[in-house]
Parts: sequence; structure tokens; C-alpha cells
Amino acid sequence: MTRTPWTIEPRLGGAGRSVLIAPVAAMSVTVLIGAAITSSLGVSPLRALYFLYIAPFSTLFNFGEVLLKTAPLLLIAQALAIGFRAKIWNVGGEGQLILGAIGGSLLPIFFNDSDSMLMLPGMIALGMTCGMLWAAIAAWLRVRFNANEILVTLMLNSIALQLLYYLVSGPLRDSTGYNFPQSVQFPDSAMLPLLITGTRLNASLLVGLAATAFAWFFVERSMIGYKLEVGGAAPNAARYAGFSETHAVWLSLLIGGAAAGLAGVFEVAGPLGQLQRVVSPGYGFAAIIVAFLGGLNPLGILFAAVFVAVIFVGGDISQTSAGVPYAVNTILQGVLLVSYIAARLFVDYRVRLRAPLRFERAQLQWRH
Amino acid sequence: MDANASANQALNLGKGDTPLLELVGVTKAFPSIVANNDVSLSVFSGEIHAVLGENGAGKSTLMKLIYGVLAPDSGQIRWQGQDVAIGAPAQARSLGIGMVFQHFSLLESLTVAENISLTMPGETPRGLEERIAEIGGRFGLPIDPRALVHSLSVGQRQRVEIVRCLLQRPRLLIMDEPTSVLPPTGIPALFETIRRLASDGCAILFISHKLEEIRALCQRATVMRGGRVIATVRPAEETNETLARLMIGRDIPTAARRPPRPATTPALQLRNLDYQPADPFGTTLKNIDLTVRPGEIVGIAGVSGNGQRELAAVLSGEATLPRAMRDSLSIAGARCGDWGADKRRRLGLAFVPEERNGRGAVPEMSLTKNSLLTAHRFGMVRRGMIAFAQVRAYAEACIKDMDVRCSGPGAEARSLSGGNLQKFIIGREIGLKPKVLIVSQPTWGVDVGAAATIRRRIIELRDSGTAVLAISDELEELLEIADRIHVIFRGRLSPSLVREEADGALIGGYMTGGFVGGHDARTAVTA
Repeated sequence: MTRTPWTIEPRLGGAGRSVLIAPVAAMSVTVLIGAAITSSLGVSPLRALYFLYIAPFSTLFNFGEVLLKTAPLLLIAQALAIGFRAKIWNVGGEGQLILGAIGGSLLPIFFNDSDSMLMLPGMIALGMTCGMLWAAIAAWLRVRFNANEILVTLMLNSIALQLLYYLVSGPLRDSTGYNFPQSVQFPDSAMLPLLITGTRLNASLLVGLAATAFAWFFVERSMIGYKLEVGGAAPNAARYAGFSETHAVWLSLLIGGAAAGLAGVFEVAGPLGQLQRVVSPGYGFAAIIVAFLGGLNPLGILFAAVFVAVIFVGGDISQTSAGVPYAVNTILQGVLLVSYIAARLFVDYRVRLRAPLRFERAQLQWRH
Repeated sequence: MDANASANQALNLGKGDTPLLELVGVTKAFPSIVANNDVSLSVFSGEIHAVLGENGAGKSTLMKLIYGVLAPDSGQIRWQGQDVAIGAPAQARSLGIGMVFQHFSLLESLTVAENISLTMPGETPRGLEERIAEIGGRFGLPIDPRALVHSLSVGQRQRVEIVRCLLQRPRLLIMDEPTSVLPPTGIPALFETIRRLASDGCAILFISHKLEEIRALCQRATVMRGGRVIATVRPAEETNETLARLMIGRDIPTAARRPPRPATTPALQLRNLDYQPADPFGTTLKNIDLTVRPGEIVGIAGVSGNGQRELAAVLSGEATLPRAMRDSLSIAGARCGDWGADKRRRLGLAFVPEERNGRGAVPEMSLTKNSLLTAHRFGMVRRGMIAFAQVRAYAEACIKDMDVRCSGPGAEARSLSGGNLQKFIIGREIGLKPKVLIVSQPTWGVDVGAAATIRRRIIELRDSGTAVLAISDELEELLEIADRIHVIFRGRLSPSLVREEADGALIGGYMTGGFVGGHDARTAVTA
């Protein structure tokens, strides 16, 4: 057995202010590493910092883009966090989003000339249902066969993507669209209203904020939220009190599927305006990072969603203005998650150097 | 510390004038509490020294300081007269300090020798077998080095832990409530081992709150209360009453009991129950008939590991029976064998499990939120939303009612000592005004004063018409509170003995299978 010269031990009590340390540290590290990577690609560090983190706030349009990307992140992350607190790991937000986008596209594709007031509500209902059904596969497999939901939801992401590719190149393709793998353009009745003219920001942000308020009440005040939390923190205590694990699995996954499905509808009914091969730049995965960066706390998630949205938009701007590859975007999300997890270790535990083993040394260590 | 000094002088213990271990003015404070305040203590080679105190008196903190798990804020620790800073348990072990913990750290699927070799780098299980047998023979700890740990009784596992410590040749052995896991019949053998160790020159720090044991075994006792040393005494010259008064600062309230007046309709009934647990190492319950009426306390005695855990789970609803066996269990007249815990609780069932942290309470949650765990039905949830004012009031009532020592309803469950958390959980379950209360190990690791309070409250609950089932490894406790006693042995339940006819010899016979006809009895478990 190798014996490390250090040991880690939990810090007890005094959780108060320290909750902010880990996310702030992770964000600072991400800012610095972002500048370092971009400048290593031939952009001066100051310009890199500017493109990545300042430019997204520099114009009304850019800021609108940040808020536009905040909305799906917020929506999905709030729902995933509810499941994560119950230790039910739905990492299939991306696939559930894709299914939501597909479901939400059916009405405007097949009733393309409709101007019914029921168009948007119908799309939302169908999209959420599809997202929930996709998540329900994982819930059923977990409850019935105890199949690990991490693996199932993760693999369902790939299946969802292939399903989307098949649909946009076949059954749902625009027959007059020169064989491009995309659907017809949606009618106006299928589009979300814009919030600020001169930007692409639409009403999805309001829904994201409403979801935040809902999540806060759900987590902090509702009995169902409490039961989920007990199930996550102490499964034996949940069994003792008679809180059903089956319910917790179903509820967590269905909430996640519904929210991700809704975010998918908002993508096709917002910035895209049609069903395409790419309906999300990875919101479903980034939302996992947002949920953890926000400490699984509804208010924390609000700020974390804005920050990750800034990385998305900053990455786009760096790409167009300075020729930085888009991969920087993905790298920064990875850096953010890893540095957050590392920071949490140091916040929750203290690292202590171990005293040497040998007897003579032990005796020679005088106090004071 | 006059008492301390004079006691030391009068005793004139040890070999030479230098204590093996000496603590001088040791203080350790945590954010919310000063756990050890100016504690001084000396232990001599060959001495059996008790540290006596209620839960929360600071015994555990003190042991952690000596064993290097925690570092003191101020004060000195001296080993053979020299100041030392013990930075880690490994360092304590290298000085010659060993510790037998209350909770064992053994891997069930490995043999005794394999388990021991894990903590002894460079040793092979084969090479250790002989030394394990030798140490076992010398100190009265017979143990088969090749036995798989899951096949051992609790008493045998404790021997493995002790042998593991002894292989390190300790000069000082700390034993944290070692008798709390043993059946009454196993205690004399443990004491014999401890005496042999002491006569071999090893010093023993014996942590306990069981006064009789300390009087029988220990030469000196350091009594702690509220983080301070109250006195150092010779236990043999004290009575249980004087020791208890030192320990809790007042006389122990004795539980006044009236004869039971049970109603005729059973509140809890098991009929011909057979149950095979999912855990392959669990005990199968066979042909169990059990009736508890409103207004009586029925006790289940037995050596631990004979099916108590499984019986409690089947009754509480944490384990459910198949639908075909619904009729095997009825609570308050309803046949509910296949119902879950939540539905059974709606019938008026309350349950206090043996594990407090993680089962009876969520460690990371406040006492307020822990009240919600089982009391949520009592007007605390309106339209799905939690009414926190009511929940907090319930928690405050439990804290006040059971005299739970904590910083308030906002305190996390894990910040409470085991005994205080137990008082809180019992208070919470009693507050539900249950028709049936099942309580498993009601006073495990709970100090004398708190145990008396808990027993008194259980008897009061009985007098108010609740049917109580108490499952306990402590026979004295059952003899004190129960109106009828069953003994459980290898998953079978003995006929019930009414209080008057239950004497130690009869129950002792039952505990080793005396009530079972046929071959089971001949292969009785010895702990």
C-alpha cells in the first residue's frame, strides 16, 4: 500500500459564505485559461479576453444573444438540478431537447399555412411530451431492470441525433428545398414573439425565469421536492419514511425530459424557424455544467446559466472576429466543470499534510 | 482539580512516578461547542482506567485527541513524560497507542487473517495466522484466522478488532464502549481479556457509561460532564448512585411503572410469518407469531444477528411482503403485509430504527427538516407546500420535551451526539401519538440519564394506550420496561414470558435456542 504524504478531511459547519468560493474560483480559472488558449493561437491576450468575455456585452445585439442562449440553459439546468439533488443522473438533456424539437416541429410542418392561435401551445405540448417520452425510456429501464440511468440517457442522446438526421433527410424534409436536410420554414404563428427589437431575444427567457421561480419553490418549499432531496441525501431514511424511490426516478426524469423538450421547441420556434440537422450547440450537455456550477441551487443556476451563455457567445465572436476555432468553446466548458469540481474538493475538504510515520520523529515533534 | 490530585496520590498507581500518558489542561473547541475544557488525565502502565460520562460529555473528542484524529487547541499531551504532538492515528500507533472502535471496520467477504493483513503492510495472511492464534491463546481471544468474517458473531468480530490492535503491541489500548455490542454472556470473557492485558503491563482506557461494568473492572475512573473533568475516583469505592450523580449532576429518575392494562384487540399482529430477506447474509424469519395489544410493552430479546434487524424491517414496511402474504401482518386491524412504510404509518405506526444517522434522520438536514420526515402528515403540508412554521414548532417541542442538547431546531442532525439524536427521534415518533410504536435498540449508546428518560417516556406512552414493541440486545432494559418478553433465535421467536416469570436463567436458555425443539438447539450460537 502506498501512503500519500497528505490526507483530506471534511470541513464541518460554516457552510455560509463559502458556497460562492468554488463557482467564483472556477469562473476565474476559466477566464484565464480561455485567454491563454486563445492567445496561444496568435491572438494577443487582451484581445482574447475582450472577444471572449467583454464583446458579448458590447452591443445590444450581442447581449441579446447571451440572453437568448441563457434561456435554454436555464430551463434545462433547473430541471436537471432537481433530479441531481435526488441523485438521479439524467445526462440526456441533449437527446430530450432534440426530441422536443422534433415533436414541436410536427404541427408547423404539417399545418404550414395555419395561423391558428393554438399553434404555439400545441407545439409546446407536443414537444414537452416527446421529451418526456424520451426520458421515460430511461426511467422505465431503471425502475424495471435497475438499468443505470446515466448510461441509458447518455446513449439515448446518440439515438436521438440519428433519429433527427433520418427525419430531416427524409420524412420531414422540405420537398421544395433543393434536397437540403431541413424542414420547411415555420409560419409566423409558430414563432415565439421577440422581446427586444434589434435582437433575436424571444419570450423563452421569460419562461426560463419563470422556471427558476418555480424551481425555487419546488426545491425549498414543496413536499415533493423535500422527498426527492431526502432520497438523494439518505436513501435509507427515504425508505424508512416510506418515500418511494420509483416515484423519485420517474418524477426526476420526467421533469428533465419536459424542460429539455420545451427548450427544443423554443430553438425551432425561435432562432432557427425550422427543423435542421443541428438544433442545439450542446445546450443539453452544457446545462449539466450550469447545474453544478450553480451549486444545484435555483438562484445559483441563474447566474451560472448567464456565464456559460457568455462563453457560448464569446466563443462565436472569437471565431468570427479572430479566427479562433469553435472547439475553444467546448474546451472552456470542460475547463469550467473540471475546475469547479476541483474547487469544490478544496472547499468541502481540507488537505492536511500527514505527520511522518517513524517513532523517533513522532517523539521529536514538540508542541510550540 | 483537587479531587484529581488527591485521588492520584491516594491511589499511588503505576510503575514509577511517570504516567504512561498524561494530558494537562487540554482544550478543544468546535464552532458551536467547547468539547473539552481544560481536561487533565493520567494513565499508568498496567492500569484499567475508565472514562465515564454522558453522551456529549466530551469522551469521544478526548479519545480522538489521544489517538491523533484531532489536534488540541491548547494544553499538553505527554507520553512517558515527554510532550508530543500526535498528528495522525498512524503516529499514535507508532507511539504504542491502539484503539478498538465501537463500529468495526472489517470486510465481510474476507477471512480474519486477510482482514488483519490489510492494516499490517508487508504481512501475508498466511504469515499472520500463527501470531493471531498465539495472541488469541495468551489473552483469551479464541479466533479462527481462516474464518470468513461474515460468519462471525458480533462478539467474535470484536475479538478480531482487539487482536488486530494487539498485534501492534500497544502500550495503551483505548476501548470505546466495547460491551455495547456484546450479549450479557460475552462480557465476562472480554473482562478477562482486559485484565490479562493489564497484568501484562498494557494500560487500558475503557470508555463507558455502564456503571456496574466500570465498578467491576476499573481501578480509576475519570468522570466527565459538559466537556470538563468533574472528578477522578476509585469506582470500587463508589455506588452506582454516587457515580451517576457525578456523571449527570443529579439523581437518576427511576421509571415508575404501573401494571399494564392491555386491551383485548391486538394492535399489531404477525401470523405464521416466514420471510427470506434479500440480503444473502441476513437471517430468515421462520414461523413467527407475535401479538402486541394496546397498552402493553412487548420486548424482543436475543443475541444480535438472530433476525432482529429483519423483523424490524418487515414490521416497519422498509421490507414488504408479497401480496399473497398480506394477511400475515395486521396493524390496527388492517391487513397490510404488502403495504409500504408510508401507508402503514397512516394506520398509526411509528418506528424508531437502530441506526439514527442516515435512516432515522438525514445527517445533513436540520432537525426541523428531520421532523418533516415522519411528521409531515400532521398539518405541516398544505396544498403540497411545507408550512415551515409548524414544522419548526414540532421540532422545538421534541427538543424541549426530550431535553435534546443542541443549538436549536436549525442544528444539523449529524452535529448531535448519538444519544441526543436518539432522544430527538424518539420524541418525534412519540409526538405522532402512534397506535403502535416499534422501537429498535431504544438506548444503544445512550447515557444513563437519557436512557432513563427514554424508558420513562416509552412506559408513559404505553399507559396512554399505545402498543409498544421494543427490540433490544440489552436484557436488563427489557426486564425493566417490558410486560412480556419473547426471545428471537435464528429467526424463530420463543413463546412469550410474562414479566414475572422472566428470569435471567430461563431467558439465557432461550437466547441459545432452548425453546427450539430438534437439531437447531444443539448447534446453538455462542458469542
